[in-house]
Amino acid sequence: ADIISTVEFNYSGDLLATGDKGGRVVIFQREQENKSRPLSWGEYNVYSTFQSHEPEFDYLKSLEIEEKINKIRWLPQQNAAHFLLSTNDKTIKLWKISERDKRAEGYNLKDEDGRLRDPVRIKELRVPILKPMDLMVEASPRRIFANAHTYHINSISVNSDYATYLSADDLRINLWHLEITNRSFNIVDIKPPNMEELTEVITAAEFHPQHCNLFVYSSSKGTISLCDMRNAALCDHHSKLFEEPEDPSSRSFFSEIISSISDVKFSHNGRYMMTRDYLSVKVWDLNMEKRPVETYQVHEYLRSKLCSLYENDCIFDKFECCWNGLDSTIMTGSYNNFFRMFDRNTRRDVTLEASRESSKARAVLKPRKVCTGGKRKKDEISVDSLDFNKKILHTAWHPTENFIAVAATNNLYLFQDKGN
Amino acid sequence: MFVRGLKRKCFDGEEDIEGTLAGIKAIPSYNLQRQSLLDMSLVKLQLCHMLVEPNLCRSVLIANTVRQIQEEMTQDGTWQMINTQSAGQASLDRLVSTDILCRSSREQAEGKHVPGYGTFNKDFEGDQGQDSSETMSTASSVQAPRNLQSNVWEMENPQESKGNFQKSLDQIFETLENKSPNSVEDLFSEVDNSYYDLDTMLTGMMSNTKMGHCDGLETFSSPTNTASNSNCKSDLNELDHIVEILVES
Repeated sequence: ADIISTVEFNYSGDLLATGDKGGRVVIFQREQENKSRPLSWGEYNVYSTFQSHEPEFDYLKSLEIEEKINKIRWLPQQNAAHFLLSTNDKTIKLWKISERDKRAEGYNLKDEDGRLRDPVRIKELRVPILKPMDLMVEASPRRIFANAHTYHINSISVNSDYATYLSADDLRINLWHLEITNRSFNIVDIKPPNMEELTEVITAAEFHPQHCNLFVYSSSKGTISLCDMRNAALCDHHSKLFEEPEDPSSRSFFSEIISSISDVKFSHNGRYMMTRDYLSVKVWDLNMEKRPVETYQVHEYLRSKLCSLYENDCIFDKFECCWNGLDSTIMTGSYNNFFRMFDRNTRRDVTLEASRESSKARAVLKPRKVCTGGKRKKDEISVDSLDFNKKILHTAWHPTENFIAVAATNNLYLFQDKGN
Repeated sequence: MFVRGLKRKCFDGEEDIEGTLAGIKAIPSYNLQRQSLLDMSLVKLQLCHMLVEPNLCRSVLIANTVRQIQEEMTQDGTWQMINTQSAGQASLDRLVSTDILCRSSREQAEGKHVPGYGTFNKDFEGDQGQDSSETMSTASSVQAPRNLQSNVWEMENPQESKGNFQKSLDQIFETLENKSPNSVEDLFSEVDNSYYDLDTMLTGMMSNTKMGHCDGLETFSSPTNTASNSNCKSDLNELDHIVEILVES
C-alpha cells in the first residue's frame, strides 16, 4: 500500500475516497444495515479502486510530474452515478463511478457468448430481458482539465452552484466549468512581475459552502483573503483580509514559517472558517478580520524544538483540519500518529493515537498525553520519544455522523463514536 | 554524492566547533546560532531536487528566513563597513572583536591572520568591480563562523552586500523556477570544480575543519579559475591568492 495523500467523505457519507502517492484512488462504501450481520453496519469496505493519475514527464522543463493525488473532492450526487474530482500537481480529472448489477440477455442478433447468430436460424423475435449479475463498479474519466497551472496545484473546491469549481496552485487560482475543459478563468494571480520579488505563496483555497460568489485563499504569511467574484474579474484585491497581529514576545526566526497556513476550511453553516498553521488551529468569524475567535494549541510542546524541526524539514509539514457535521468539534493531526479533537463548546480536547497496537477492532481508544517536562507520569510519552516520521496530515469527518477517517502514512483508520 | 557530502561536513563542523569553543565560552552565542541557522538555510535552498520540481512554498519560506537573518545582521553591525584605509585601524579592532567569537582556540593562540587584514582589505576594496562584485558578495553572504577566511568576507559595505545578497538569493530563485537541465548541471558542475581546489588550498592554511567552505562554495554562481591555486605559501600570499581566484571568475 502506498502513502495516503488525501481522504474525503462524499456528501452523504456513504462513500469515502482516498488518494495515494502512486496516483491511485480507493473508494470505500459503508455497509448497509443487514439483519443477518448486525455488527457489520457502519463498516466501510472497498467499493472501487482505480488509477487516477500516471507519472508524466514535462519535456520542456525536463521535469517529472508526480502522480501523487493532492486532493479529491466529491460532487453532490445527481443521479445513480457518483462523480469526483481528483488532482495531482498539474492536472484535474473528473471521474464517474457507476454500478452495473444487471445484464441484458436474449439478444436477437447475438447469442450469450457474444457471437453473431446465423440469421437463417432466427425464427422469432424476442425482447431482451434484464437479469441480475454480480455487482461491478466502473470508474471512467469524463473530463480532463489540463495545462492551466504552471505551479503545483494544492487545492480544488467545488462551488455551491455545482457547475463550477476552482483550482489553486502556489501563485494562481483558476475557475473552471465542469463541462468545459479547454478553457478556465484566472481569478487570482499573486505572481510578482519579477520572480525575484516573490515572498508569499497561496497555500489553500476554498469556496464558501452557500455563497457561490465567495471564496477564500490562505497564504504562507499566515493571512486569509476573502474574495468576492462579483467585484471584478480578477480578484487580486480581497474583500476582507484576515490576519492576526504577531505576538512580539514570541517572535523568532521561525515565526513566519510556523504562521504559514497549511489548510483552510469553512464550517458547514458558512459562518466560520478554520485555519491550520504549524502549531495551532484557529477559528475565525467571517465578520471579524482582526483576529480569530478561537485558538487551539495542537502541540505547543514543539515550540522549543523549532530549530530541530527546521533542520529535519518537519516544520514544513502541511497538516489538514476538519469540522464535524454540527461544527461543534474540530479535528487535526499531529506527530507520533496522534490526532487531536477540540470541542468548541466545552473547551475540552483529547489526544488519540491511530496505530495498530492501540486500535484493535471495537476497542475504545485511550486518550494519550505528551509529557512536556518534569517527571513523566505512567502512560505519558515524552516529547523526545515522539516519532516525527509518523505524522497524521489527513483526516476526515463524516458529514452527519460521528465517524472519522484518519490516514496514518499508508494505513487508513476508521473510528466511530462509542455512543453510536 | 557531492551535495550529500557537503551536508555531512556542515553538521560535523558544527559539533566540532561547539567542542572547541567550549573552552572559550560556556554557551553558544546568539550570533553563532543565528549563523548556523543561516548556513542551514542556504544549504536547504541549494538542495534542489534534480528530477522533480522543488516545493515553491518551502523555498519561499526558507528564502524569507535567510533575508530576515541578513537584515538583522546588517542592523546589528555584524556586517561592517570598510570605507578607507585610514579607518583601517579602527575597523581592524572591530574585525578582531567579532573574529574572536568565530575563531578556534588554536588560531587565537597563533594569531596568524590578524596582520593580514590591513592589506587584504585594500585588495578587497579594489576589487569591488561590477563583474566581480557578485562573486565576492555571494561569498560574503555565506558566513562560516568557524572559518576565519569567510569572516573577512563579511567586512563589506552593508548596502552593497544587501543588494548583492538579494541578487544571489534571486539567482537561487531563478534557478528554482527555471530549471532547465543545462543551468542546473552547470551550477553543480561549477561548484564541483571549485570545491576541490579551494579546499585543498584552505586546508593547507587552516588547521581547522573544512565546514564553512562548503557553504561558501555552494553559492558561487560562476566557476572559479582553478588553474594555478594549489600552492599554499605564507598567509598573506594565500589571502591575496584567494581574492585573485574569485575575482577572475
